[in-house]
Amino acid sequence: MTSNIRKTYFKEDDSLIVIGLILVLGFIWSLFAAHPTDAPGMIYPTLEMHGFMMMGAFLIGIIAIVFKLSDGLPKFDQGEYQDDVIKAGVIATTFWGIAGMLVGLIIACQLTWPNIFYFESLPWTNFGRLRPLHTSAVIFAFGGNALIATSFYVVQRTCRTRLAGGMWPWFVFWGYQLFIVLAATGYLTGVTQSREYAEPEWYVDIWLTIVWVAYLLVFLCTLAKRKEPHIYVANWFYLAFIITVAILHLVNNMALPTGPFDAKSYSLFSGVQDAMTQWWYGHNAVGFFLTAGFLAIMYYFIPKRANRPIWSYKLSIVHFWAVIFIYIWAGPHHLHFTALPQWTQTLGMAFSIMLWMPSWGGMINGLMTLQGAWDKLRTDPVLRMLVVSVAFYGMATFEGPLMSIRYVNALSHYTEWTIGHVHSGALGWNGFVTFGALYCMVPWLWKKKEVYSLRLVEWHFWLATIGILFYITSMWVAGIMEGLMWRAYNDLGFLEYAFIETVSAKHISYVVRALGGGLFLAGTLIMAFNLRMTVKGKGGAESLEGDVPLAKKPVIPTAQPILVGE
Amino acid sequence: MSYDVFAHFVKMGGTVFFTGFFVLTIIYALWPKNKARFERAAQLPLLDDDHPEV
Repeated sequence: MTSNIRKTYFKEDDSLIVIGLILVLGFIWSLFAAHPTDAPGMIYPTLEMHGFMMMGAFLIGIIAIVFKLSDGLPKFDQGEYQDDVIKAGVIATTFWGIAGMLVGLIIACQLTWPNIFYFESLPWTNFGRLRPLHTSAVIFAFGGNALIATSFYVVQRTCRTRLAGGMWPWFVFWGYQLFIVLAATGYLTGVTQSREYAEPEWYVDIWLTIVWVAYLLVFLCTLAKRKEPHIYVANWFYLAFIITVAILHLVNNMALPTGPFDAKSYSLFSGVQDAMTQWWYGHNAVGFFLTAGFLAIMYYFIPKRANRPIWSYKLSIVHFWAVIFIYIWAGPHHLHFTALPQWTQTLGMAFSIMLWMPSWGGMINGLMTLQGAWDKLRTDPVLRMLVVSVAFYGMATFEGPLMSIRYVNALSHYTEWTIGHVHSGALGWNGFVTFGALYCMVPWLWKKKEVYSLRLVEWHFWLATIGILFYITSMWVAGIMEGLMWRAYNDLGFLEYAFIETVSAKHISYVVRALGGGLFLAGTLIMAFNLRMTVKGKGGAESLEGDVPLAKKPVIPTAQPILVGE
Repeated sequence: MSYDVFAHFVKMGGTVFFTGFFVLTIIYALWPKNKARFERAAQLPLLDDDHPEV
């Protein structure tokens, strides 16, 4: 197993040929799609723009494959991990993170100062178009790239084998970027099927399905050729995330396009079934994309960074199955007091409350992994970031069940409280655990001793933490206030407030929220600079030559490792 | 099959299935023979090398 007696062999790979065929088929379809059509009365946006974009993307892909194949089939050293695609993923995560958070700041400013940030001549900057751009950019572009990159990293290390599938991981990476670009440009130009977190139109959905199946197969085949007999718990979480997202995506996006080259489709569902399907999808996007996948990140990077084993592996098994089985039923809590049958609402509420237990099982396991290494919180800002992410996870998963209770929901629903809740989860949990993983992975991947500057990580940590606190406290105040104002009656039984009064009352909270978002974005920019300098080998990021199992060597000295606490 | 019969079957079946599955998970996690395996598994992130095994 040690590197000096390591036997390497090279394996030829013909995956490029199949990838090339997919791209050729896509290219032929986009040729027709790019043809400008006179849709009936131009009611719908046409496919022309996306047709040309896909034509360009597929053509570049085909040319790249032809160049690659001109040197013969690519060969892969099975004695090395496939890290290049992870490096690309790290860069993409950072880039999309900045983009998505910047759009978030812009729409926060639009809500706060609508007169300044309203551009009449630029319809694509309208709040209605930028908001889904923001949610999809941070969830799918930032979070999705983080999940793909870390899953490729973790599955290789914990299975002690090179990523399967030859060039397929690259197809997954670039295919996913194409999906992001198509989705984002679609929202801006009005191409949307208006399903929350699933706005891309049918042809983008089909493309994502192809990419996602490739992702699933790469992951499964890597697991199948593992050298470690036990499948580590992080891989269970990743696998649950990949499989469930595939199912959610397929069911929620069942739709009939108006034509094979039209940018418009109609859902196969209607009425309350449609609403239920959307929130079955929507809540499980939270449950499996933003929870299961990120718990996998937690289960690898916290033990690794703290240099401690998982506190209780048994707990990880029990809470894995509990989370998986319960989350899928929680969707109806988004539809309290609607046409959805009351028993279904109650079912969603009951399962949401039950979710509290397995969620906190994960939190306890993550936090207690620091047992015997708590001192590192003082000295290592990266580990602190990871641990604070778990604390926010615990907080958001306590607040969520609370808000799912029907009579709490009567106050909180449609108010800013919900916005505050998702951001304590998204910024605090998903954001921080991703930042922590990036600060760990960049030195490991680029073979550096440490990041460029731990002081800058401190700055990032505090700016982002204060930013989140501004964000969620202002949204609590705004949400509860407007919820109470909406339900206030006067002595004569009329509503006390006009709607616009509840809007103007939130102005101060909006200012604080925009400030919090600005601080959070500033922290992310500092991170991007820090990571770039780390890659360049500046500051603390001294290059490590040769075969150094550097991830094994903790930078900050601590006490001896302890065994699993029982 | 009427709606009520179907709904009753689904509710009861779901309850039995979930409870049973949960109990099985706990038995699996606490089974004494698995103890050594899980203790080793908890250390897995700390064991990896910079190169895959060939």
